[in-house]
Amino acid sequence: MKLSSGTLRLIIPAVSLALLLAAVFYMQPRAMSYTGLNLLFNLAVPIALATVAQMLIMAVNDLDLSMGTFVSFCACVTATFLQASPAMGVLIFLGAIAAYAAMGMIIHVRELPSIVVTLGMSFFWGGLAVLMLPSPGGEAPGWVRWLMTSKPPFVPMAIVASVVIAAVTHFLIMRSSFGVLIRGVGGNFRSVERAGWSVIRIRAATYALAALFAVLSGIALVGLTTSADANIALRYTLLSIAGVILGGGEFVGGRVSPIGAVIGALTLALAGSFLSFMRISPDWQIGAQGAILIVVLALRLFLNRLERREKIQ
Amino acid sequence: MIIRKMLFASVAVACVVGPISALADTADKKIALSNNYAGNSWRQAMLTSWDKITKDAVAKGVVAAADPFTTAENQATEQAAQIQNLILQGYDAIVVNAASPTALNGAIKEACDAGIIVVSFDGIVTEPCAWRIAVDFKAMGESQLDYLAKKLPKGGNLLEIRGLAGVSVDDEIHAGIEAGVEKNPQFKIVGSVNGDWAQDVAQRAVAGILPSLPEIAAVVTQGGDGYGAAQAFAAANRPTPTIVMGNREDELVWWKQQKDKNGYETMSVSIAPGVSTLAFWVAQQILDGKEVKKDLVVPFLRIDQDNLETNLAGTQKGGVANVEYSLEDAQKVIASAK
Repeated sequence: MKLSSGTLRLIIPAVSLALLLAAVFYMQPRAMSYTGLNLLFNLAVPIALATVAQMLIMAVNDLDLSMGTFVSFCACVTATFLQASPAMGVLIFLGAIAAYAAMGMIIHVRELPSIVVTLGMSFFWGGLAVLMLPSPGGEAPGWVRWLMTSKPPFVPMAIVASVVIAAVTHFLIMRSSFGVLIRGVGGNFRSVERAGWSVIRIRAATYALAALFAVLSGIALVGLTTSADANIALRYTLLSIAGVILGGGEFVGGRVSPIGAVIGALTLALAGSFLSFMRISPDWQIGAQGAILIVVLALRLFLNRLERREKIQ
Repeated sequence: MIIRKMLFASVAVACVVGPISALADTADKKIALSNNYAGNSWRQAMLTSWDKITKDAVAKGVVAAADPFTTAENQATEQAAQIQNLILQGYDAIVVNAASPTALNGAIKEACDAGIIVVSFDGIVTEPCAWRIAVDFKAMGESQLDYLAKKLPKGGNLLEIRGLAGVSVDDEIHAGIEAGVEKNPQFKIVGSVNGDWAQDVAQRAVAGILPSLPEIAAVVTQGGDGYGAAQAFAAANRPTPTIVMGNREDELVWWKQQKDKNGYETMSVSIAPGVSTLAFWVAQQILDGKEVKKDLVVPFLRIDQDNLETNLAGTQKGGVANVEYSLEDAQKVIASAK
């Protein structure tokens, strides 16, 4: 049996998610129900969207350290402007997406390290969020709340949303010609350039698309929490990067897996619940979360090596 | 005479029997503590108090379990996930010290919908289905000015040390201080810095602003910043103003030293970390079927010149002056809210 490297890349995240899920079900049989699954996974939906956004940036060989503050900013906009005057809210989101596109262009033209630019931008977004919502508050627009708490028959919303996100991004990144270009820029932008494409445009479009997913993440988050806070999503920066890596992506551009990224985000969310059900003391939880990451990555490295050995033979 | 004795006896019996029959109803109930942060002396004292009081309650069979859970990263999204996990684990009540007053509302609504009692304290939540045990932080700010107005009738310049920007507690104490200044116009706030409730941050911030300030009569604070402010004044070779303290052990020790040396006078005010135990008893009372108002107020803990020594003696090294609450205290707080 021959497996493509793409499938192989997906197997480990999927298996680790299944293992974790089995362990959680064993420890807490109550989780094995419609509400249980929803409670386990609904907060993973915004993380999955942020992870997809981060994956897009990583696909063009960059890294976004402002993801957490940007999602927080979007959450604040959702809870204030989008709720009070939807048109204004949409306008702000369009502006933010344009800012992301411009950021992609600047990074490309000036050949700046994306880490530095996005780190700087993280203070900008954080500042805007505090200006907009100096003390926690705001209210989720009714339709967002309805969407995030809706109860579709048989399968909980969290699972439906994850599958939809995975399917849409898989089509976008792995099946469309635009997706090929994105991965091409990350893999070897000179060859894309020589083939006659405008790399700066592709980069700008990728950043804009990433911003769109981050905006959706902010909206989804507010739909779950009902209101916002300027610091609500700061964890998402590292969570999204970990999700991409856990899902089979790599820091070297071009090697990403959208389905894997969504699975990675779900795995991270589940790892937290797993540790909490295990009653691990909080002092050890960060370490234990790190240990789970290392185990999964080690497994992947091992499989990569096997794959390479087979190729040589 | 006999009738009176009998009355006394029956009251005494009612007092003894009352709580026991009340306790039996919650013997099979499980209460969880969802805590967002454990990284400073106040939170450590809070967890220790919880541990002490609830272990005793579990041993006596008042409740079946009272487990504390702390999130690793002090993030609202992480705590929301934690609360959803607690729902799955089948707790009957969740006591919350929240990372954000609003960002947990979704998870807390889920808990209420699952029939779980949610009691928030210190870091309270705005979700209407939850109970709130709040400190009147505004009054805490105002009380500082009331004290200063008495001590320094002539007034003077004030330096304000604020807490962590963007946190509601900081806003409320600040509002109280502003209201106090309005009431006592002989005082004027000439400078304001953020001390983040940490001595080192406060010391750096005060040292930075001090050269630009006129003579300071008093420093109004939020707790955890008084000792740092004192160090900054000493380092700049400026006369030590009246610095309001915040019940931390290092602050009380410094105050005691100054008091012994030159009769230094001030006051100290903060919320007692043992408020977690009050929240525990309130949750137990609600589980027991008692009718409890959604909004309760807990008194803050104030230390003055004359009771400094007793409070200092009862405070652990590196800790915070503390009070632990009993079931009777909780019943008193509940009764006074009606």
